[in-house]
Amino acid sequence: MAVVGLDIGSVAAKGVMLDEGRSHLVLVPTGWSPRDAGKLLIDSLLSRGGCDSDEVENIVTTGYGKAALSYGRAASEIKCHARGIAALCPGVGTIIDIGGQDSKVIIIDERGRVLDFAMNDKCAAGTGRFLQISATALGLDVSELGAAEQVDQNITINSMCTVFAESEIIGLLAQGTDKGGIVAGIHGSVGKRVAAMARRLGIKGQVAFTGGVAMNTGVSRALAEELGCPVMVPPDCQFTGALGAALLAQEG
Amino acid sequence: MTVELLEDFARMREVSIMKIKDAKETGQKVVGVYCAFCPQELVLAAGAIPVSLCGTSEKPIPAAEEVLPRNLCPLIKSSYGFAATDTCPFFHFSDLVVGETTCDGKKKMFELLQNIKPVHVMQLPHLSEVAASTELWIKELRRLRSYLEEQLNTEISDNAIWAAIEQINRETLATKAICDLNQMDPPLLSGLELLTVTFSRHFSNDRADMLGKLEDLEGQARGSEIVASAGRPRVLLTGCPVGIGSEKVIRLVEEAGGAVVAMENCSGYKTLELLCETGGDDPIVALAHKYMRIPCSCMSPNRYRFDLIEKMITDFTIDAVIDLTWQACHTYNIEAYSTGKLAREKEIPFLHLESDYSASDVENIKIRIEALLEMVG
Repeated sequence: MAVVGLDIGSVAAKGVMLDEGRSHLVLVPTGWSPRDAGKLLIDSLLSRGGCDSDEVENIVTTGYGKAALSYGRAASEIKCHARGIAALCPGVGTIIDIGGQDSKVIIIDERGRVLDFAMNDKCAAGTGRFLQISATALGLDVSELGAAEQVDQNITINSMCTVFAESEIIGLLAQGTDKGGIVAGIHGSVGKRVAAMARRLGIKGQVAFTGGVAMNTGVSRALAEELGCPVMVPPDCQFTGALGAALLAQEG
Repeated sequence: MTVELLEDFARMREVSIMKIKDAKETGQKVVGVYCAFCPQELVLAAGAIPVSLCGTSEKPIPAAEEVLPRNLCPLIKSSYGFAATDTCPFFHFSDLVVGETTCDGKKKMFELLQNIKPVHVMQLPHLSEVAASTELWIKELRRLRSYLEEQLNTEISDNAIWAAIEQINRETLATKAICDLNQMDPPLLSGLELLTVTFSRHFSNDRADMLGKLEDLEGQARGSEIVASAGRPRVLLTGCPVGIGSEKVIRLVEEAGGAVVAMENCSGYKTLELLCETGGDDPIVALAHKYMRIPCSCMSPNRYRFDLIEKMITDFTIDAVIDLTWQACHTYNIEAYSTGKLAREKEIPFLHLESDYSASDVENIKIRIEALLEMVG
């Protein structure tokens, strides 16, 4: 029998199916309908695993879109990330998760139970949205930011506010400032913001970095610099929430 | 719990409006109060009706923002907005209002409010353990007494103050008895029911009637069948004031499967242990001592708030603590660090929320509340 974990985020919807020791991963854009994204994920996971819907024993859902789904048991993103990381990276005590519209710091014990957590308030600073808007101002795709940074040319971005940072970037470009240096500054800004939240909570054990933004090597570099310790990015870092949900589904 | 008396409390504001209108026509005066620090005993002793004006609705905030900065606490903006738009009947009927220098925002808002209604501002000293503070506060209470006598054209006798002290002490005890029902497991009242009672009582025009209802409700609740809240994580809500209209956190906790069993805030438990001494020679001195003990974050140090939270965690067998700070309330925001420390030392899951009256962050807050409740057990 198979179990499924679905993480319907603000930007991307992620699904993990665990079936007899095999795991299947699917990602689709959430788009405007979390319900359709959920259905698409389930259909793709079933065809990847070559099984029927009646072979799925249990489904756990998480992420902003979970309320739109009429099936499965809901669990918070925080619990799911904790569970996922405990399985992927034993020894991690601190999870930094940066997604499309929020950033979280989660402190866990060795069994993946949440001890404490913090989340950004209603503001896009320190989230994927900040990176996306900054990338657009630079004429880049958000996925190109990591490779585009030039750390030795680093320009400090002073505005924490996404809207003001965008104006600041446009101003810097107008002065002819090097793009790579601006990108390094943008990563530094996210790193600084999120590291402050983590320090307030108190770093415990090793630090893992998850969520879509963890694919950006510039942000993980900046986080490690700000925190003064190594930051590990697990493989398939975008799927830790969905994996955690699937593991919770397996536990029944 | 379904008790008819709860309905009475839910309707109390509405019913009072009509009764206050009638009372005004017979010449009775109405005094608007903004805060738990206002000694309502003096208003009652002057034969006037005290009514609560503290704004708990988002509705008048856009109007307030035409005058006040956007980045100000929603409670102050809401309070001012109601006055500026003349959409609060209790403000409308108030002959005068009494404010206190609790925080900077309110202090300066009251200056602007002077343009709309007569406002008397009491200077609240903030150093809670200094003798000079109590001396000043006694003087401020005497000044309020004279002001009310002059404005309401009446004399406030010591006997009338002692009688009002008795009345408010009884109300406090009766309200505390209702709140304490939730020490039971499962709790007898949901968080929203509890808020309905503790908040609505401040709008009653007829204190004796309201006291009777409080006392009856306790008896009825004890005999009622418990339905909803069994087995839910028991949450203590502390921090900034919450009322009907600004109850989103209570609502979200209960929708997520928790039970707000107790509230350490102004309309909740904050003042319920504070009875006024009745044995002294001077009722003003007795009142001053009572009100100086209110554990508001504007007081420094504010030890009693943390003692109270600690005691409530035990008495109400609390599973999780939520500290709510309204945007730009610096003093509660800073104290949240100490609340968190206290909760963590007791190994109780803790959540600090900074929010306003709008629904814009509901999804974000929901995730945090869900995760907090998952941490229990």
